[in-house]
Formats: sequence, structure tokens, C-alpha cells
Amino acid sequence: MTGTETHGGGVRPELLRIEGITKAYPGVVANSDVSFAIGEGEIHALLGENGAGKSTMVKMIYGLIRPDSGQMTLRGAAYQPGKPAEARRLGVAMVFQHFSLFEALNVAENVALGMENPPQMRELSARIRAVSEEYGLPLDPSRMVGDLSAGERQRVEIIRCLLQDPKLLIMDEPTSVLTPQEVEILFKTLRQLSSEGTAILYISHKLEEIRSLCDAATILRRGKVVATCTPRERTAREMAELMVGATLKTPERRVAEKGEVALGVSDLSAASPIPFGTSLKGISFTVAKGEVLGIAGVAGNGQDELLLALSGELKAAPDKVRVASHAVGDLGPVERRKAGLVAAPEDRYGHAAAPDMSLVENAFLTAGVRKGLVRNGFVDWAETRRFAEEIIAAYDVRTPGPDVAARALSGGNLQKFLMGRELMQGASVIVINQPTWGVDAAAAASIRQSILDRAGEGAAVVVISQDLDELLEVSDSFAVLNEGRLTKPRPTEGLTMDQIGLMMGGAHGMEVAHHVG
Amino acid sequence: MLRLEKRPSPSRFWLYATPPVAVLLTMVVGGILFATMGKNPFEVIRTIFWDPVFGEFAFYLRGQLLVKAGPLILIAIGLALGFRAGIWNIGAEGQYIMGAIFGASVGLAVFPTESRLIFPVMVVAGAFGGWVWAMIPAILKTRFNTNEILVSLMLVYVAETILAKASTGFLKNPEGMGFPGSRNFSSYPAAANPELIAGSGLHWGGVAALVTGVLAYILLTRHQAGFQIKLAGQAPRAARFHGVSPTRLVVMCMGISGALAGLAGLFEVTGPAGQISIDFNTGYGFTAIIVAFLGRLNPLGIVLAGFLMALTYVGGEMASTNLGLPDAAIQVFQGMLLFFLLAVDVLTNYRFRLAVGAH
Repeated sequence: MTGTETHGGGVRPELLRIEGITKAYPGVVANSDVSFAIGEGEIHALLGENGAGKSTMVKMIYGLIRPDSGQMTLRGAAYQPGKPAEARRLGVAMVFQHFSLFEALNVAENVALGMENPPQMRELSARIRAVSEEYGLPLDPSRMVGDLSAGERQRVEIIRCLLQDPKLLIMDEPTSVLTPQEVEILFKTLRQLSSEGTAILYISHKLEEIRSLCDAATILRRGKVVATCTPRERTAREMAELMVGATLKTPERRVAEKGEVALGVSDLSAASPIPFGTSLKGISFTVAKGEVLGIAGVAGNGQDELLLALSGELKAAPDKVRVASHAVGDLGPVERRKAGLVAAPEDRYGHAAAPDMSLVENAFLTAGVRKGLVRNGFVDWAETRRFAEEIIAAYDVRTPGPDVAARALSGGNLQKFLMGRELMQGASVIVINQPTWGVDAAAAASIRQSILDRAGEGAAVVVISQDLDELLEVSDSFAVLNEGRLTKPRPTEGLTMDQIGLMMGGAHGMEVAHHVG
Repeated sequence: MLRLEKRPSPSRFWLYATPPVAVLLTMVVGGILFATMGKNPFEVIRTIFWDPVFGEFAFYLRGQLLVKAGPLILIAIGLALGFRAGIWNIGAEGQYIMGAIFGASVGLAVFPTESRLIFPVMVVAGAFGGWVWAMIPAILKTRFNTNEILVSLMLVYVAETILAKASTGFLKNPEGMGFPGSRNFSSYPAAANPELIAGSGLHWGGVAALVTGVLAYILLTRHQAGFQIKLAGQAPRAARFHGVSPTRLVVMCMGISGALAGLAGLFEVTGPAGQISIDFNTGYGFTAIIVAFLGRLNPLGIVLAGFLMALTYVGGEMASTNLGLPDAAIQVFQGMLLFFLLAVDVLTNYRFRLAVGAH
């Protein structure tokens, strides 16, 4: 075969062919005999759970690591990039999930830092403007990156790639930081690139997006290609099941009796302790027993600050935060846990968990108070270890044992452990920021199920997330955090994506761009 | 080409292998240093590391080891607790001096009263003196966010000035014929800290050092405060999430290290030194920093490291008297030990990899 079929039936000339690629690390085979091909201008999805080998695969294509065996061919010529610069020279560019931008520099300076031979600043700015207009990605080259929204930061990364005029653009989870409207705009840009002949290798967990965007999909499971398909012809559920290799359960929700108010926040304002953070402005909401409040919003709109203010790391006046009838606003994390409020921050490495400490020690990190693991100031490590083992069993955490360092676990596995740690403490109020960030579909489903189970048992739950599908699935009421302000919570039932998008502040003034361009 | 690569989890092997490897490297490079100075390197190394324990005068020198190791261990354990938490008390030397002055002042104030209570009260006063001196950088840090490294270090020089004033002024021996220095505690039994077993070198300071080592070990491994200290050092944000108040932690760690340094000073002035004098302090407070790291900031490791460092002191003195080696060369030797220790320590968390191709 010298080309791949388009969904229209035509044949695209082949751009990149991957043949029998294998890459092993001590103890794991990340990729085993992987083969697939991408045609010129094709939007190709690479699907799979965490640890399925997607990242390893794209890192090899981008020259960050080298395969143990197998070959790659780019436009018929052998392709073995030894480093990313070589990959870029041959026309392969990549937008990473986590941006590598300097907040204190402006857009043009950031772009220049990523180039081998940056042109004069003025010329570069002109080129940035030209490219951004051509592709409907408005961006002012002189703005500080620290002042940009997540969506705008992503545009910096994309434009940085486009300036190299790539033949293949690799995108790793690009929509996780965007509003629905911004996603639409990004997709328009990607389709335009595709129609001009740039192929896109698209990695995402969001199957509906892949259905609407991608021409072909390669599905990996445990390092092997298990299926290829045309996403438009499959349902999201079918693809998810191919990824997992098992049938998926949709979380079941019980019809909850709304109880009395378990968590009340009134007119909470707080300056952000984080550099370039967002201050909280007059946040008010209540959550009843058995209710799940979903808080949506684009990253960087005050989510981290809200979590800090609820966990007790950021204190306020006593009556700003109430757990049942206790005023806890001026109390720290320990006292709030005692009062029945547990919280799970988003950042796993260094905030929710200490990366270099063992899982046992990390279990003690928050569970000491509620699980009675301290006696006369001394830690009952035997009991703590039992609790850690309970979490590992109940949440199917893949680890050699409870004594390994937290950082040795994959992101998804550590997240399962940390969710279990908070959810298994029998708290009356549970606050979670990004419960399933970077967790595979099966594990995400089971985490969501446990959240619903806790609510079913009468806990009040606040879920802060950037995954709208997740929020719609678990929440009874729905609010949006935008620039540190929270909208009034509304019942989730009956909300449409358009309404939600508008609550989220639309596309941050971007609609215009595409209408004009 | 060699490249450093972060290990997935810290190497247990290098955790324990680092100190011996560092000692070995110090011997090799120190040996080269001594050779270039025209000394026989093997003889010098033997004099420093072997003779104090097994040589001709070992019967006396072994006791000296305990005398030197005691204060080093006591101070280093306090420092290690702070270092574990990311709190850098560099001014133990000053706290050591202030402990000695406070404790000695109490004893000398009641001279020549005889009572069994005098020495215990002096011990408390000594610990209090070190604690007060450590509270200055602690409070400045928590209230005004000053750097505790600079403040505690500068306070050493203030303490040295006070020491000079004390030995020539308010603590000067009235029967000392005008010589600087206080009364000698060896002639004041109620306030003295003599050898507990003749010839062993063991006095109350040594006992305190060993007991503190065990207590600190229990604190770090079993007590909630020990967990919080480790957590704050490794992941400050996780520590705040756990519920550690950074202010309280700074006050606690600085307080403990200051009090232990003060204790060491008190035991020294009432025992081996015998009196407050202008040059009473001999740099234990600074050497203890090396001891703390040499012992991997682990209390039991510090006990061993304290003896090793005492060996370089005692052996170094032997080398300078018997072989004519300058004191500075011995200090370079001790400094080298810390240097190699920190350098080799990289291997605990990183490993060398042969990079394939260009990078």
C-alpha cells in the first residue's frame, strides 16, 4: 500500500509510515511492533489509555527518544531523527500538553526562544501576525505570556510550530484547556491546515472530538496496535471499549434526596497566593447533602485558588466558609478535616502528594486526622499502612506495594490512589479539583462512580473540572468559574453546550476572527 | 558522552555508599595534597585515621574522640532537623557560644554556693541561651521574611564579640590576676561537668549527644512532628496542604537546633574547656554542618559521622604536631570531605548514562 484511504474514498499520498516499532524500558514494553501510516494532510488520531504507549510513540516520531527496533519512513525516505531539532528540520512539529513558555517574556520572545535561527524581532512579529491571521488564531506578539489565557498560550505554541511550515503537526491533548467555542476555532484551524496538506497526529482522550475531527484512528492498548478505524463510523463507546478491551459501565446515579446544606460559602474573596494567579471575587454557593456541584471553567480562572480556600490552605473570615453549622473559614486544613471537609488538589506531584515519599506516608498526609492514625503525637504506621493497602485494593492502584515512592507511579495510578485517600475517609464534604485528569477511561469511570457513591451516602461533593462531559455526567448543579467569579449554580439537567459555553465567557473574543478571516 | 539522568526512585545503595565513597575520595585527593606539600601521604593518612584509635597513644586519644564527637553530634542533630525541613541554621557557632555564656553566668552568679541543683539549672540556662540566639533569625524570618542563613551567620560574629566582652569583662575571674577568662569550673564542683568514667572522655555532653541521637531518630521516624519536618523539606506545598504552619515549623526547628547548640556550649565550657575565654569556641558549630550532611541528616548516621569528624580533628592535631602539617591543611581536608560528600550524593537521585548519539 502506498497511500491511505480518505473517508471520501480517494487516496492520499503517504507521508509517514511507522513499521514494526518496538521500544522497551526496564520492566515495561512501551511499544511493541507498532505499525501505522499517516497520509499527507490526514488528521490521524492516536488513541489509548494511559500507559498504552501513545506518548512514547510520538516522542520517537519527534526525535526525543529512539526506537529499539523498527523503521520510520517520511515521504519514502528513511526517517530516524536523533533529536527534536532534526525532526523539526524535516518538517515534524509538536505541540505539547504542558506548555513550555516563559510567563515573564512576551509572545514574540517566547517564539524566538524555540527557534534555531530566530530572525530580527520586528520581522518575527510581522510573521507571527501574518500566520495568526491566516489561520484565525489572533495573537498580539508584544503581549506578555503571563497575561494570556490557557487557550491563547496554546496558540503561541501552535504558531511557533506553524512558522516552521510543518508537514506533520503532532498535538498532545490540545483541547483540555479550551472552552467549547475555543475548541471549535481550533478545529477550524486544524481542518484548514489539513486541507492545505499538513498532516496532524492528534492525541486525545475525548472521543467525541476525535469523531468530529479525525479521518483515521489507530488504537493502542498495552503498547500494541489493537485496532484501526474511521472514527466517524464508530460510536465513542465502541472506541472506548476498543481502548480498554472491555465493556464500559456508565456511572449510575441514584436519585438523591436533597438534604440540608452541608457546605456553604458566602461572599468569599481572596487574593491569590500564586504568582500570575487569579484572585477570588465574591464567591457564593451552597451544596446540600447528597448533592454534587460541578464547577467548570477554563484553567487559570481561579480553580486552584478556590481549592486552596476550601481546603484551608487559604484562610478567610470564619463565616465565609461553613461546614454544616460550623464556621470554618479561619481554620486550617487539619481543623477543616476534623469538621468533615476533605479536599483533593489538582497538582499531584508536590501538592496533593509528596513525590519522594512512599504511598504509606502519602496516605498519612491527609488521612491522619480522620482515620485516627495519631496517638499522643506518634504516628501509627502499621495502621496507616493498612489504610494505604485498602486504598490500593479498592481503587485498583497498580503498584508493587505501598512502600514505593509516589513519583514512581504513573500519573493515572497516583491519581487513583489520591482519590481513594480522600473518598475513603467518610467525610461529609468532599472537594475535588480535576478528579480524572490524565486518568484512563476505565479508571475515570470508576472514580466518577465512587464520587456518585459518596454523594449517594449523603456527602456533599464539589467537583472542579475542565472536562465538561465529566461534569455533566456527575453533577446535579452546575456553575462556572470565570476570572475568579462564580456564576450562580444552575441545575445541570437541561443545560446545553451552547449555554455552558456562554457561561464560560464564550471564546474570549475570538468568534470575530473566523468570521472575518 | 556521559549524561546525568534522574532515577525513578532514589537509590538505596548510594544512600548508604555515599559517605564511605566520599571518605575514600577525600583520602585520595587529600593524600595528593599532602604529597605536593612534601609529606608522605600514607603516613599522614595513617596518623589521621589510624593512630588515634589503634596507635601508641590510643588509650588517651580515644577519650579525646568522645570529647570532640559529643558537641559535634549534639549540634549536628539539631541542625539536621532544620535542614530536613529546608530551614538553614548556619549560625550554630553563635548559639553554642551564647549557650556557654548563659549557662556559665548562672553558675558563676552563685559561686561559691554548693548545691546539687546548680548544674541542672545551668544546663537549662545553656539551652535557653542557644534557643534565644536562634529565635532572632527565626522571628525575623517569619515576621519579615529575612534569610535565616545570613542572619544566623552574622549573629555568630555578634556572639563572638559578646564572648570577648564576657571573658574580659562581666565574667572575668576576679582572682585571675587580670588575665582574661572566667573562673575555672574544674575548681567549682557544683557547676562542673567532669569525666563520668576516668579516662573515657565521657561527660554529660556525650551522654546528652547519644540520648539526643536516639530521641531524634524516634522523632523523625515515629512522631508526627518528624513527618512534618520531612514533608516540609521535600514538598512545601504538600506540607501546607497537610496542615503544617510554616511559621511554627521555623520556630520549632530553629528553637531545637539553637537549644542543642546551647547545650553543647554549656557542656563544653563546664567540662573540657573549663572556663569562658576569648577563644573558647573552636568552630564546632560550623564543623557540625559537615557532620550533619556526612551523617545523611539521619540522627544515627550523625552519631557515626561525629566520631569520624572527631577522628580528623584528633588525628589532624597529631599530624600537625608530629609531622608539622599546617592547621590550614587539616581544614582543607575536612572541607574536602563535605565537598566530595555533596558531589557523590548526586548519585543517590541521578545516574550516569552513556548518551547514544549526539545530544
